[in-house]
Amino acid sequence: MEWVNAVVQGTLLGGLYALFAAGLSLIFGVMRLVNIAHGDLIVLSAYLGLTTTVALGVHPLLALVLVLPVMALFGYVLQRVLLNQTLGQDILPPLLVTFGLSVIIQNALLETYTADPQKMDAGALETASVSVGPLALGVLPLLTFGIAIVVIAGLQFIFYRTALGRAFRATSDNQEVAQLMGLNKAHIFGLAMALALAVTAIAGVLLGIRTSFDPSIGGARLIFGFEAVIIGGLGNLWGTLIGGILLGVSQTVGAAISPGFQLLAGHITFLVILALRPNGLFPRISG
Amino acid sequence: MPDPILALHGLDAFYGDFQALYGVDMTVEEGEILAIIGANGAGKTTLLRSISGLIRNAPEQILYRGEAIGAGRPDVIATAGIAMVPEGRQLFPSLSVEENLMIGGRTGRAGPWNLSSIYKLFPILDERRHQASTSLSGGQQQMVAIGRALMSNPDIILFDEISLGLAPVIIKDIYAALPNIVGAGMTALIVEQDISKALSVSARVYCLQEGRVSLEGRSQQVSREEISRAYFGAS
Ligand SMILES: Nc1ncnc2c1ncn2[C@@H]1O[C@H](COP(=O)(O)OP(=O)(O)OP(=O)(O)O)[C@@H](O)[C@H]1O
Ligand SMILES: [Mg+2]
Repeated sequence: MEWVNAVVQGTLLGGLYALFAAGLSLIFGVMRLVNIAHGDLIVLSAYLGLTTTVALGVHPLLALVLVLPVMALFGYVLQRVLLNQTLGQDILPPLLVTFGLSVIIQNALLETYTADPQKMDAGALETASVSVGPLALGVLPLLTFGIAIVVIAGLQFIFYRTALGRAFRATSDNQEVAQLMGLNKAHIFGLAMALALAVTAIAGVLLGIRTSFDPSIGGARLIFGFEAVIIGGLGNLWGTLIGGILLGVSQTVGAAISPGFQLLAGHITFLVILALRPNGLFPRISG
Repeated sequence: MPDPILALHGLDAFYGDFQALYGVDMTVEEGEILAIIGANGAGKTTLLRSISGLIRNAPEQILYRGEAIGAGRPDVIATAGIAMVPEGRQLFPSLSVEENLMIGGRTGRAGPWNLSSIYKLFPILDERRHQASTSLSGGQQQMVAIGRALMSNPDIILFDEISLGLAPVIIKDIYAALPNIVGAGMTALIVEQDISKALSVSARVYCLQEGRVSLEGRSQQVSREEISRAYFGAS
């Protein structure tokens, strides 16, 4: 039973990892930008959630009403003012600039909130659980998993069923010709980053309810996100969810074997899949 | 004489340090079909890319309806009414046939062209509307590329080697459709390797040689000798 429980808990944890990963995947897919600051943006969202809940006395999930648009707007401005300037033939400048951004965000958070671990108070939601047969499933992990599915389905809908998604895909395919269609590349990229950071806001707030956080934990969230994206296959959103689940299950099963083995088990799964299927399990079928 | 819809004044174009066009002068009247010919590497594509904004030039070197667009952004120029059918078609592989056409209509310009008029022009595309654009034959892909440009209801359409890599019978079909395309007062610049095709559909012709205009004239009046001299240089 212990194993079944580990697999189920890991699957639910995978939902959170998929949320970490979805924004990364979207940004890479649309503009081939690897955002090193992604994990720190998740942590920034958690702190914004914390400040909102404390200042307004609202439930953390309600804080999203504010955090989500703020992060989306921040994403748009960040892209237009800074990141668009770094995009070009050379892949190094965006890496360096987002690395710098990561350092800046960490230090700003450290200055503002100190290094002490913080946590959001979500009241009964944190401990509530439902029993399914012999298993006790936390309501928060279930909710997180449900949100992950809704977010990915929503992104999928935007990508494949809307004019904005068409513009994303066209720009991703061929930036020059996309511009010949009247698409303003700088604006499209701004919208993509806005959407990615909206997802990041959700991921950050859910993270901040689930565990305590401090300004230094962004790097690990970035790695989990990366691993989920690569396992699932670049450019495939449902693949990213599967990647998140595999990573989560590896970690919880690893922890069931031996508590110290948790993170390592996740990394080993990642490396094995990378070795066997360098393009991930479900690479985007390209024309 | 009315003002030209498009005028190039001493157009210079560069790829980094390499200069590809040297002081090209050209005028295009509204509604006219103009052919641009020249050997490989003469600068034909560079000329079209300059007009469409993919290459930035000095602003005053390209005037569109009297307005300096030489340094304009490609999306702004497209919205202003200049569309391009790029060399090698360059369809969007992640988009279906219909989505490729729809994205062409994104500029929101009014005019006769919409999905149903494109499907009337190229009925085969209607049958294939939901297929991946890459699953089509070369000729059908070229139809999509042309349809995609038309969807923006441009005032000027730039064709870069629409017959490249296509079977002769397909080329014939596409050129047969050309009068329907540019019939409605649209202005067209046609870059073409097939000189006789280029001359037969156009009113005037420019020949480029190593980035310079080497010949300019009425398509029906230029002689074979003039053209081969303009193509390959003085002999
Ligand atoms: N991206 C580029 N970078 C550097 N030089 C280029 C680039 N594209 C074209 N050139 C050079 O500019 C010159 C003009 O090229 P262009 O493509 O305009 O010729 P073209 O007349 O269209 O030739 P073709 O008939 O082969 O299509 C050539 O010497 C070419 O090598
Ligand atoms: Mg060319």
